[in-house]
Amino acid sequence: MIKVTIDDVEIEVAPGTTILNAARQAGGDLVPPAMCYYSKLPGTGGKCRTCLVEVAAGSTADPRPMPKLVASCSTPVMDGMIVKNKTSERVHTNRGGVVEFLLVNHPLDCPICDQAGECHLQDLGYEHGSAKTRYREERRTFSPIDIGNKIKLHMNRCILCYRCVAVANQLTDSRVHGVMHRGEHAEISTYIENAIDNDFSGNMIDVCPVGALTDKTFRFKSRVWFLKPYEAECACNKCSGKAVVWMFGNEIFRVTARKDKYGEVETIEDKTAWICNDCRFDKKDPSNWTLIGPRKIDRHSVISQGKYATKNDNNPKLLR
Amino acid sequence: MKADHPQAVNEAPIEFSANTMAEMNRVIGLFPEGKQKSAILSVLHLVQDEFGWVSVGAMNRVAQILGIQPIEVYEVATFYTMFHLDPVGKNVLEVCRTGPCQLVGSDDLITYIEEKLDIKVGETTKDGMFTLKTVECLGACGYGPMLMCKYQFYERLNKEKVNEMLDAMREASNS
Amino acid sequence: MSRKLLIEHAEVPGITSFETYRKHGGYASVEKALKTMSPEEVVEEVKKSGLRGRGGAGFPTGMKWSFLAKPEGVERHLVCNADESEPGTFKDRYLMEKLPHLLIEGMITSSYALGARRSYIYIRGEFMYVLRILEKAIAEAYANGMLGKNILGSGYDLDLVVTPGGGAYICGEETALLESLEGKRGNPRMKPPFPAVKGLWGNPTVVNNVESIAAVVPIVNEGGEAYAKIGIERSTGTKLISASGNLVRPGVYEIELGLSVEEFIYGDNYCRGVANGKKLKACIPGGSSVPILPHYLVTKTAAGTDRLMTYESLADGGFASGSMLGSGGFIVFDEDQCIVRNTWNFARFYAHESCGQCSPCREGTGWMEKVL
Repeated sequence: MIKVTIDDVEIEVAPGTTILNAARQAGGDLVPPAMCYYSKLPGTGGKCRTCLVEVAAGSTADPRPMPKLVASCSTPVMDGMIVKNKTSERVHTNRGGVVEFLLVNHPLDCPICDQAGECHLQDLGYEHGSAKTRYREERRTFSPIDIGNKIKLHMNRCILCYRCVAVANQLTDSRVHGVMHRGEHAEISTYIENAIDNDFSGNMIDVCPVGALTDKTFRFKSRVWFLKPYEAECACNKCSGKAVVWMFGNEIFRVTARKDKYGEVETIEDKTAWICNDCRFDKKDPSNWTLIGPRKIDRHSVISQGKYATKNDNNPKLLR
Repeated sequence: MKADHPQAVNEAPIEFSANTMAEMNRVIGLFPEGKQKSAILSVLHLVQDEFGWVSVGAMNRVAQILGIQPIEVYEVATFYTMFHLDPVGKNVLEVCRTGPCQLVGSDDLITYIEEKLDIKVGETTKDGMFTLKTVECLGACGYGPMLMCKYQFYERLNKEKVNEMLDAMREASNS
Repeated sequence: MSRKLLIEHAEVPGITSFETYRKHGGYASVEKALKTMSPEEVVEEVKKSGLRGRGGAGFPTGMKWSFLAKPEGVERHLVCNADESEPGTFKDRYLMEKLPHLLIEGMITSSYALGARRSYIYIRGEFMYVLRILEKAIAEAYANGMLGKNILGSGYDLDLVVTPGGGAYICGEETALLESLEGKRGNPRMKPPFPAVKGLWGNPTVVNNVESIAAVVPIVNEGGEAYAKIGIERSTGTKLISASGNLVRPGVYEIELGLSVEEFIYGDNYCRGVANGKKLKACIPGGSSVPILPHYLVTKTAAGTDRLMTYESLADGGFASGSMLGSGGFIVFDEDQCIVRNTWNFARFYAHESCGQCSPCREGTGWMEKVL
């Protein structure tokens, strides 16, 4: 085991652990946010740069600070490393910069976006964003398209985290969508008119940190905060059948996988509990499910926080 | 800025000429067994050499040849800017527009060709003879202004040289 | 006039053929290394030479080589980065076009030092005609027993392949180059693991610039110490400089590091001053990625000392009043040029060439272009 200090908290982790995962092991509010890294999908991370942290000392052997901020999701810890996240002014400033970049071409159409209320970019904007924009130039726009009859792609909202590409590579038998073009013109696309048709393709919606991929069976039906989530299970021969059903009265509006406090699909019985498209899109009758009990919603949701309603008044920083 | 790339229509794989196929097999054979995908850029260049551009049908055939998913070919072909994904003229003039060439007059060169051929950058002449494109640095900075056509570099260009070059290309394409 | 270690024979008629190249002393380093030296001894000579990577970063080549992991039973590779695409840089093209066998010779000697048996030259797709020249030269090298099985009876086998890119500046970055060489989009990889541990197809790999690999030839022939005597401080040996912009005589020059910038711009043996009798306005000394120097900081540093063509002197003053040697892409601006316009031009270049993987670059380069 090796020792690492993150925001004055000392913890011991296994060699090879990344700074981000070490921070998650420590828990609490010293954990950097992550928009592209997804611990359940190997190979993700290193792209969005929101998890940047300052390394004040590289290791006991070489205690020099690292000159640049590093992506905590892809930098392994060293014995004696000292990391600063929330205690670093540089991190705060730079993360604000990254959020600004992510919002440059983002449409901010939250009022009509199904992801609103459980969107990681909203959380990030709330915590690190500025109330004003410096971007005066024209935004890049795409038209929304259907990729299959159950999933809608709003490329305008996409932050190119590549998570959905990893889902297609790792959960489905053949990938038909990917990232086309490059730079500012890079886009998630099937290139040719093509439907993503696979039993597990719906998980792309769950891993999407923003509202780029949304569930067509739920689109515009309700705001997520009007629904009550319940842990539920069903007998399914394709997946674990362990899900969360989102209800209004006796009606099931949508079905998602069970997600942890980092917005990642939970591990249940040593397996990541991805759910299949049948459970997600087709089982909307309460008789399909056995309800276990109310699902506690974690930090990535306005439902459990109320911060958007109250914090504004006594947090003048928001009006930076 | 509308960045839409409309979804292309899927097409059945098309066949390549015997020469192209032979050359493809040679470049694929340069890589160890199981690493055929490494030849994809060589193969796409060969496709473009045969047809002038890279169509969906051609990419689907490339996927079959390399034993990969079509999407892997689309991703690569759209990333690298040398591949034309739409039909182009017989001679694609790719003028370098980057800093060092700009210092020695690439802007004037582009304007001159636009006027001479009566097309704008990105367009093709009505007779399908020329397409004018601008590209980033071609690594000929000391010999600018310059352009590339069919992998050939035309350097230190001025109006007279452009006139001669266009005439020679027209003649070569007509014969 | 400086000594030329690399391009002395560049203008010899027929030097692209194996026979002529051999007559002018070509492939001597292969003979010397394979017949009289162990791979470790070759690495040692390169370390002694102080050679620093000629692609732009200036990392010591010998040190890079010594980082190469050598696990039992795992293949290793040497990959030559011939994706030359830094605006202002065209030296590698010159070297490969004029002296294809010099690069091949360097590849053989370097691959031997690293224990690589399958090496690759990744050349930018726009240099297809140079690729053809290299292909022909490689075929000649095979025919003359310099490549293939049991080279010169030493028991060492090497296969060398040259393969094109498809038009992407980012593929000059070594991990993006490896992705591209694997037939993928040129998105740089996360590091660690570094290529020296996991590179091409997951095998330990060294990626070196064309000029670095070519420089191994004189280093092995004359010894690392002799090479280190050329130049000053930690800038040893000779360097190819690509001179472009508003100069009387732009082109590729081989200089001994330590030459004064003044001599390089105005000297009779070099660029012969600013074109059309105009005055110097600014200079980018190391390719478009390095800071631009206003005219009063080109030939003198902020401290008033002579500015020299070395890694150290060009960087004197940091980003505030210095720049970098970079890839040696020396771009000169005359008094009529608009710096804002040129900065916009380069901003457009970086926006066009961003791979789009990381958000600050993807969104930031596009924004910069629009702002300017």
